[in-house]
Order: sequence, then structure tokens, then C-alpha cells
Amino acid sequence: MTALTLLPFFPLFSFLVLIVLSKRLSWHIATAVALTGIGLSFIASIVVIQSLNVSASSGEGLTQSLWTWFMLGEHEVRFAFYVDQLTAVMIAVVSGVGFLIHGFAAAYMRDDENYSRFMAYMNLFICAMLLLVLAENLVLLYLGWEGVGLCSFLLIGFWYKDPDNAIAARKAFIVTRIGDTLLALGLFYLFMETNTLNIQEILAQQQTSPLSDEAAWWIALLLLGGAVGKSAQLPLHTWLPDAMAGPTPVSALIHAATMVTAGVYLIARMQGVYLLAPEILNLVAWVGCLTLLIAGIAALAQEDIKRVLAYSTMSQIGYMMLGLGAGANVAAVTHLMTHAFFKALLFLGAGAIILAVHHQQNIFKMGGLLKRMPLISILFLIGIAALIAFPGTSGFVSKEAIIAELWQSKTAGPVFWWLAVVGAFITSVYSFRLVFITFFGPYRAEHELLPQRHGLIVLPLVILALLALGGGYIPTHLEQVFSAPVASQHGPAWLHTVAIIAPLLGIGVAYLLYFPKTESSPAVPGTSSVYRFSHNGLGFDSTYNALVVKPFVWLANINRKDVIDLLVQLISWNTFTWHSAMKAAQSGRLRWYAATLGLGTALLLLGVIL
Amino acid sequence: MIDIAITHVFLISALLFCVGFIGVLARRNTLFMLMSLEVMLNAVGLAFVGAGSLWQQADGQIMFILILTLAAAEVAIGLALLIRMQHQRHNVDVDGLSKLRG
Repeated sequence: MTALTLLPFFPLFSFLVLIVLSKRLSWHIATAVALTGIGLSFIASIVVIQSLNVSASSGEGLTQSLWTWFMLGEHEVRFAFYVDQLTAVMIAVVSGVGFLIHGFAAAYMRDDENYSRFMAYMNLFICAMLLLVLAENLVLLYLGWEGVGLCSFLLIGFWYKDPDNAIAARKAFIVTRIGDTLLALGLFYLFMETNTLNIQEILAQQQTSPLSDEAAWWIALLLLGGAVGKSAQLPLHTWLPDAMAGPTPVSALIHAATMVTAGVYLIARMQGVYLLAPEILNLVAWVGCLTLLIAGIAALAQEDIKRVLAYSTMSQIGYMMLGLGAGANVAAVTHLMTHAFFKALLFLGAGAIILAVHHQQNIFKMGGLLKRMPLISILFLIGIAALIAFPGTSGFVSKEAIIAELWQSKTAGPVFWWLAVVGAFITSVYSFRLVFITFFGPYRAEHELLPQRHGLIVLPLVILALLALGGGYIPTHLEQVFSAPVASQHGPAWLHTVAIIAPLLGIGVAYLLYFPKTESSPAVPGTSSVYRFSHNGLGFDSTYNALVVKPFVWLANINRKDVIDLLVQLISWNTFTWHSAMKAAQSGRLRWYAATLGLGTALLLLGVIL
Repeated sequence: MIDIAITHVFLISALLFCVGFIGVLARRNTLFMLMSLEVMLNAVGLAFVGAGSLWQQADGQIMFILILTLAAAEVAIGLALLIRMQHQRHNVDVDGLSKLRG
């Protein structure tokens, strides 16, 4: 399978070209190189998926081994790819949505002096993400995992001349590093227990000789630790809102469409292990549930358009986690796919708006955009409709599927169902708060709108809007990968009705609260303490600052002179002291030497006599 | 010939040696240091001669002649250095030479 072999290496090659030639490339050539790399990957993905559908109707995946990476004792770690229906969804989303975002980014970043470097990082990111999802073993997966972490750091801090951006980049890197460490520990434990890191071998082993309860419990917990770091779930979610410091296409690519779903992918991939530890599955559901509520409440009080979307990303990934925890795997992964479509659409739409209003991101300084830029506004509204699961959109298909399975699930239950429905309600309140403040009412910006006529801005948005509407109906055959859903009989009949009505109710509430009553009334951000608390992300940042960051900085300050090093310095101090003592004896005074000689002789004689 | 007790000989010898040594330490004038060194050498020579007469051996006197030769050679070199020192520095203060240290 040449297509499968080359799939992740197209973007790697274009990355190398871009980073080596860098500023010597004109905008046209750099764009062509970057888009070709991703485009070829997308074509290769389609080819791979076609042959997967032809050859593997039984649910078996395709394996492509490239070379032996290294030996781990007796065990061989191969550089090999594995494709099944789950991977197929991931590679199609990563390369497809990635391609569209690259197209948009080409127009968005056109005037940036480091344009080639930007596109190079984006390509490297796609390469790392493809390695992550294609990996046949967990070591290769970890390579991709770290690779996307690195690219995320580079891209968030792309405008590194502003110290705030560099701080946000460092924060993202350090917080996800905590999760990565847990993941590495999980892999060590897994290797110790199963003696292999090949994903399919591990999953097959669970059928014949499953892990002990305790081992499965710990491994599942440690892998979950990695997933919450990368997917910005409670309690490691604080990096995502700050990551909006990066250029908007980066937010679209990394922090919405692809990278943050890596954790969801990991849990879905290792489902066989999680099934052995139902308590951890329950914990996954709780993590997702709490995250989606907390992120939704925080999103209600944001003033930066990108931060609203960032919190909504966290909340949507919370839904995916909740789905995985409840055993609704197919629905969760479908939501991953549809979320990639509509969230990329929303971020790119936000990017187009931000460009038009002179890089202003505060929604209270926009307003009335529906009349002024109707095309972008309508595309953005389509994204919002999918986000709140408006009937008929792709978000409706996937999110309702998740919610529908919660009631009967063994690892979730009615409590989770109610919380998820409340979450859906909050989602539509904050979404339409954003819509009403941004698109309706008077125009509040200080400058006139910049005209947008570049085809590369509009075309990706149109394609993504079509996907956001109909993407839920793309056939995925995910049921071949996952065991059948747990729920056999359905819950009460009113469940569906309530789940569908909740978001619509949210629109109504948002209309009452936020819709500009008269054409001239100014929209103002809230000032109450509850609003401020929610605006600051429910105090997680300040809590972590007080509990972790401050003590750590304090310790680091104490240790500035390196306490341990003092022991080592004792040796050199010893040598120096004796050296200076000896040096003092070498005075050059002849009579002093003679006296020392006499004294020494006298002492020797005394020793002999006594 | 009056017999002199060997103890007295060694006492005189030790006394002379100490006088010479203190002279070396106390004097800053290089000429006096050289003279004190001669006193010390002669003290040792006296001890050798005394020991030779005690054991009725000629070795003591042979050693004394060796010491005389050595002293002559030492004084030759010492005085030569002294003259160069007087030429270059216009004094013979030994402490002034401490800047020669390595």
C-alpha cells in the first residue's frame, strides 16, 4: 500500500522544504508547497479508506510495516501503520479539515513576515497528528503525541514577540506535559503487564487472558490522565483558553478540529482496556460531564470571540468523553468528526470577522455584522446551529446520539442524561449570546470594516458549512470497530423530546437576555462578582496559581543557588583553602625557609629520640 | 696532654652549632649569614674530630678535611653571589631577595 506508506510523509516533506527555504519562498510558492503536502495526504487518505472498505468488510484493519524502529528486549517495536474504521475517520478529518484550514490560513497569514515558517509548522503538525492516529503501536503513537504537543507550543507562541503569547505557549506546553507524563507511566505499566505495546496485540490479549482488575484500573486511569491533558478536560483544561493567543487558523486547526481530539482517540482506541475497568469508564463520564458544564458556564461570561469558542470546544470534547464513558463509542467518534467540521467553520468564520474588524476580538466592540458582512455571518450561523445541535445539522445527529445512550448506560445513567441536557441548554444560551451581541444591534467598532474578497477566505468556509450541515450522514462503519452499544431497550419516550427542546429553549432564553431591544441600546459586559468569577474560568487558574505555581516558584527561588551543589562545592573549597595556605609558605624569604628547615629537623630528631 | 671529657666536646659543638644557626636566622646581612654558616660547619667538624678521638679512628679527621673543602667551595660561591648582589642592588640585605620566589 504505497498510499498508506506515504500518507504522513507528504506533509513532512513539505515541512522540510518550507523550513529550509523559509523566507526565500514567495507567498505563491510557499502556499503551493504547503497545500500540495496536505492535499496529497488527503488524496492518500481517500485511497486508503476506499481499499479498506473493499478489502475489510469483516472489520479487520490494514497493517503496513515500514521498518523495525528498535528492539525492546525480546520485543520488536516497528515503525508501522494500522488502519481500521476508527483510524479512517481520523485521517480523513485531519487531512481533509486540515487542508481547508491551510487554504484559509494562506489568505489569513498572507502579510505575515514569517509566513513560510507558519505554514511549515502547520504541515509538521498535520504530519505528527497523522502519525499519532496511524500508529500501530503505542510507542509510535507517543511520538505523534509529543509531536503535536511541540507544534502546538510553536504555533501558540508564533507571535513570540509579545510576551503574553510566549507565556500562553509555555503554559500549554507545561500543562499538557503533566498529562504526557501520566501517559508515559501508563505505557510503562502496560508493557510490564502485557509485554507488548502493539495496540492490536494488547486488545487481542484482553479476549484470551485479560489484565488483572488492579492493573486494568491503574492503566486506564493513567491513560485517562494523558487524555485529559491533551484534550483539555478537567482538571488539566486551563491551557486551552489561553492557547487562543495563537493566530486564528491555529486555533481552528489545533484547538478545535484535531489535536484536542487526540485524547478522545486514545480512549476510543484503548476501549478494550477500559471495558475491564468500569469504575474508570464511570470516571471518564464524570470528567466529561463536569467539563462540559464548567466550560459552558465559563463561556457565558467571555468577551473575546475566540475564548467563547475555546470554552465551547472544551465543552464539546466533554460530550465526547461522556459518550466514551457511557459506552456510546460510535456516537462519540461521530461527534468528534462533526465537531471538527463545525468548530473549524466557527473558528475560520471568527478569523474572517477578526480580519474584517481590524484584529479586534472583543464581541462588545463588534455588533450589527449580519447586515455588513452577510455571507460570513450566515456561514457562522450555520456553524452555531450545528454547535447547539439544531435539528437537521450534523451536530444534532451526533450529539443527540450521545445523549440518547446515556439514560440506559451501565457506566452512566439518568443523572448524566440530565446534566448533558442542561449542558446542551447552556451551549445554546452562550452560542446565541455570541450571535446576538456580534451580529445584531448597532455597529460598535471604531473603524469601518475591511472588505474581504479573497476566495481562499470564503471557499473553505462554504465547504465546511456544507459539511457542518450534512457531515453527520457520512457513512463511517464505526460499528465494525466497537462492540455493540450497551443500551438494548430505550428509555421513556419523552427523553428525545426533552433533549431536542432544551437547545431551542436556550435560544429563547438568550433572546430574552441578550437580544438588543432597540437599535441604539449599547451592549455591555456584566459587572457582578458572579460574572467576573465565571469570566475568569471559575477560578481554576487562580487556584492552580496559589496551590502549584506559587509554591513551585518559591522553591525554585530558594534553590536558585542549588543547595545540592553546595556539597560538591565543598571539595573545591577544600582544595582552594589548602592551596592558599601552602602558597603563603612560599614567601621567598631565605631566613624563613632556614627557620622552617631547622624546626623540621628538630621535630624529626625529637621523634627519633622519643 | 689533658684528657677532655667527650661530653664537653659535644656540648661545645652543639653550642657552636646553635650560635651559628641563630646567626643565620637573625642576621639580614648576607655576609654575616655566610660567616654564621662557617661557624655551623666548624661545629660539625669539631663533633667529628671528637668522635674520631673517642673511638681512636682516623675517619673523624678525614671527614673534617672533607668539610673544610666543602666550606671553601661554599664560601667561594657565596662570596661571588655576594659581590654580584652588591653590584646590582647596592646592598646585601637578604630579605630584599624575596621577590625571587617562584
